[in-house]
Amino acid sequence: MARALINVPQKATRGQVIEIKTLISHIMETGFRHDNVGKPIPRNIITGFVARYNGEEIFRADLFPAIAANPFVSFHTVATESGTIDFEWTGDNGFHETGSAKITVES
Amino acid sequence: MMDQGTKGTSRREVLLGGMAGVGAALIRIEPAAATPESMKKAIRQVVGESPVRKGKVTIDVPTLVENGNTVALAIEVESPMTKDDHVKAIHVFNERNPLPNVISTRIGPRAGRARISTRFRLADTQTIVAVAELSDGSFWSASADVIVTLAACLESLD
Amino acid sequence: MGKAKRAHHLTSTWARRALRAFAHPTLLLLALCNFALATEIPLDQRRSGYEDLGRDTKAMQDDDTANPATFGVLDGEAIWNSKVGSANKSCADCHGDAARSMKGVAARYPAFDAREGRPVDLEQRINLERRDRQGAPPLKYESHELLALTVYLGRQSRGMPIAEATDPRLAPFIAQGRALFEQRQGQINMSCAQCHDDSWGKKLAGNVVPQAHPTGYPIYRLEWQGLGSLQRRLRNCIVGMRAEGYEFGAPDYVALELFLMQRARGMTIETPGVRP
Repeated sequence: MARALINVPQKATRGQVIEIKTLISHIMETGFRHDNVGKPIPRNIITGFVARYNGEEIFRADLFPAIAANPFVSFHTVATESGTIDFEWTGDNGFHETGSAKITVES
Repeated sequence: MMDQGTKGTSRREVLLGGMAGVGAALIRIEPAAATPESMKKAIRQVVGESPVRKGKVTIDVPTLVENGNTVALAIEVESPMTKDDHVKAIHVFNERNPLPNVISTRIGPRAGRARISTRFRLADTQTIVAVAELSDGSFWSASADVIVTLAACLESLD
Repeated sequence: MGKAKRAHHLTSTWARRALRAFAHPTLLLLALCNFALATEIPLDQRRSGYEDLGRDTKAMQDDDTANPATFGVLDGEAIWNSKVGSANKSCADCHGDAARSMKGVAARYPAFDAREGRPVDLEQRINLERRDRQGAPPLKYESHELLALTVYLGRQSRGMPIAEATDPRLAPFIAQGRALFEQRQGQINMSCAQCHDDSWGKKLAGNVVPQAHPTGYPIYRLEWQGLGSLQRRLRNCIVGMRAEGYEFGAPDYVALELFLMQRARGMTIETPGVRP
């Protein structure tokens, strides 16, 4: 099942500030809803998101139930060198998903 | 859970007291809901005793949302984002959802630009607050009032 | 954009106009002749619900990597290529590459099925193929699998105009769909036409009333925080009107879908669309 969509420019010039957009498939069940017989539906959300650029952390987020389903998170980073940007999502019930994108940085 | 004597519950306390005498156990279930007070508390947990100044932070959110279940949100903080002067963290809070926190992000000089965006849920018309922590330890904030209506066409009436 | 009109206000305005019309002898004659015609939106004034979206929601639809419906498209592609049923066949085994073979298909559905003797929509066509060619059980309405397949197929028609129905066998069903669109129903005693033909562009509860063209289905609806079919959306409207809904797959729904597609003939398919 397709889980994560990552949007990183394939090419950038050194020093350029680029926007990274990420989208992950997840219900983000708040834990405040009840089913049709009144039983509470347990919380099931993504709680953490980290991005690393050639191993160095460039962005981190703590997500709460207020984040809409299929969490979209975007942020910026300076294109420093060619390499790989890695993404990691963690959450309730042992949720763990990763993704990565390559970037070519020209001078 | 016995009431602690908040406004308008003295009658309930008397009733509970009476029932307790009969040996009945009464459990009061408090529906979870943030309030402006709990939002302030959540902000305090992040900033501690430091003052929070208005400025530098811009909240990009529609004044009247298309749908409260999925609302686009962007926060931008004015900063040169250098090693010596940058944004360390951006936090978003609300006052009417069940919980006061929305998202907490950690960035740094590698960001180049202190702008983040996401999509969040709003249970009702309310104020949201964004707090930025700078590298010098100062806190800056902005707030935005957002109107949320129920969709006219829903899955069911309950 | 005008002031938000409440439902009962619309009804009384219409009723008052109707009474005035019938009171006048010449108008009475005209009214009897023209009663069957709806105040259809002129073809060149039609606009997609996309035009009414906010800046960020438009961006969500425009960027495949920011549109959660894309997960459905990718899953649909995987299902297209999976062997199922007693025949152990995948859709691809007969139809090959969907980008080529399914191009334009969603743009001309619902289509007449000779064996069934009535039009079927894309969901029903998929299940008929599963039954007849794959020996596989039908996929449930609004199941992730069926939505993934229909959004994958719809995506193959993105950018193409909705085809005009030229099959004469469809005519009585288009008429049935039109009648459903124009009939008053529910506790509020309103018709679809009163909002979507007569009051589009005005506001209801803070939202702009769209013309209601099915150009982007299955859509990612912000209200659902997920993918859903046109029939699911129609059910939401019918609940909103406090009327009794039909079962998924009911001929009434297919006739209504068919009419709506014809009402939108020539407009561009946007699947997967994003809507509030």
